[in-house]
Amino acid sequence: MKLWRTPFDRNPDAEPLGYIHIDKIRCKGCGFCAEYCPREVLHMGAELNYKGYKLAAIKDESKCLACGYCELICPEFAITLILNSNANKSEEKHPV
Amino acid sequence: MQIDDVTSYERSIAKYLRQDRLPHIWCAGCGIGPVLNCFLRAIDSAELNPDLVSVVSGIGCSGRVAGYVKLDSFHTTHGRAIPFATGLKLANPQLKTVVFSGDGDLVAIGGNHLIHAARRNIDMTVICINNFTYGMTGGQVGPTAPLDVRTATTPYGNFEPPFNLPWLLHASGASYIARWTVLHLHQLELTIVEALRRPGFSFIEVISPCPAIYGRMNKEPEGLDSLRNYIKRSVIKHGAGPRETAIDHKGPIVVGKFLDIDQPTLQDHLIGVAAKAKKPVKK
Ligand SMILES: Cc1ncc(C[n+]2csc(CCOP(=O)(O)OP(=O)(O)O)c2C)c(N)n1
Ligand code: SF4
Ligand code: SF4
Ligand code: SF4
Ligand SMILES: [Mg+2]
Repeated sequence: MKLWRTPFDRNPDAEPLGYIHIDKIRCKGCGFCAEYCPREVLHMGAELNYKGYKLAAIKDESKCLACGYCELICPEFAITLILNSNANKSEEKHPV
Repeated sequence: MQIDDVTSYERSIAKYLRQDRLPHIWCAGCGIGPVLNCFLRAIDSAELNPDLVSVVSGIGCSGRVAGYVKLDSFHTTHGRAIPFATGLKLANPQLKTVVFSGDGDLVAIGGNHLIHAARRNIDMTVICINNFTYGMTGGQVGPTAPLDVRTATTPYGNFEPPFNLPWLLHASGASYIARWTVLHLHQLELTIVEALRRPGFSFIEVISPCPAIYGRMNKEPEGLDSLRNYIKRSVIKHGAGPRETAIDHKGPIVVGKFLDIDQPTLQDHLIGVAAKAKKPVKK
């Protein structure tokens, strides 16, 4: 069963609510962010960092809710969520 | 694209974190990092004056927290975080003293200090990272390790019954007692804010994965294995009675805010006695 749907009035071209930055030096590949992101924005990629840890990577940033949970649960302080102050504006532009 | 120039991370925690020390020493998947993150956010949300917050830790992986905060902090000898913080608080009652340490440090070698600080209701907040073991020294059995778990010193399973920390602290006289796991981060942050703001002895236990040492011996070799286990086992029950909060090997982990009562602190009693002491004694 799929409970989530895109709201009818959400502009399909709307900008994401937030952008995610992953610090590749700090990440130790624990996978917490990818597992608990409610929108599956993040996943564990194939790239390794200089210490050999498998890095978290962005799968689909457009789905990001800007909830900030990845930033909070990352044990390495490796994730920064950058809020997009433009996101809601582009939403309003959508013709009703 | 027009983005906020200040991220929430920079707004709330970057100023309290010694970023030059990162990456930190904790293993991949260790739970101490998220708890530190929550704690720093809580200091920000509680709108405390950072100059008046001091963080004291003992020895252990959890004890390393004192070295990563850009606040007045002290890394004491093993088990002695609470007496050090007591001294700070008595010398300067304006301070917000926070003790951030592990189960081994606070409950084993420092156990006596813990119960007596709670009994005296000293105004301080204690955050205890409970990973059920002595992580830093190779995973010996600790006083919170549930029966039957495997550790470096109990290869056939732990045969010593553990402490039920909320019960211990309740019986000792604490004013505020809560427990969360590393997954309940929003609740944990709110709880720390509440504890920081309220007078009296507050104790917050955080169940936290130690994949490298404890997890490896108990079929949770990755931090994620422990987190998945917490999702299955944790039950939120605010106000749960102290008998309900025991943790065993496989059963439920009861989390929530268990106690929040107002009672005079050590400082209040001291002020009372000091007022009496000033009166001239009749002969
Ligand atoms: C007086 C003294 N005894 C023993 C030790 C060795 N020692 C260092 S850390 C530690 C246990 C720490 O356990 P805990 O507080 O649970 O921290 P964790 O590493 O699990 O986070 C011990 C016994 C010490 N440093 N000093
Ligand atoms: S902010 Fe929330 S939705 Fe966006 S990537 Fe992080 S966890 Fe996922
Ligand atoms: S939570 Fe942090 S350390 Fe863990 S995989 Fe994600 S970015 Fe890396
Ligand atoms: S030994 Fe355990 S508690 Fe210590 S840093 Fe590693 S995972 Fe964390
Ligand atoms: Mg420990």
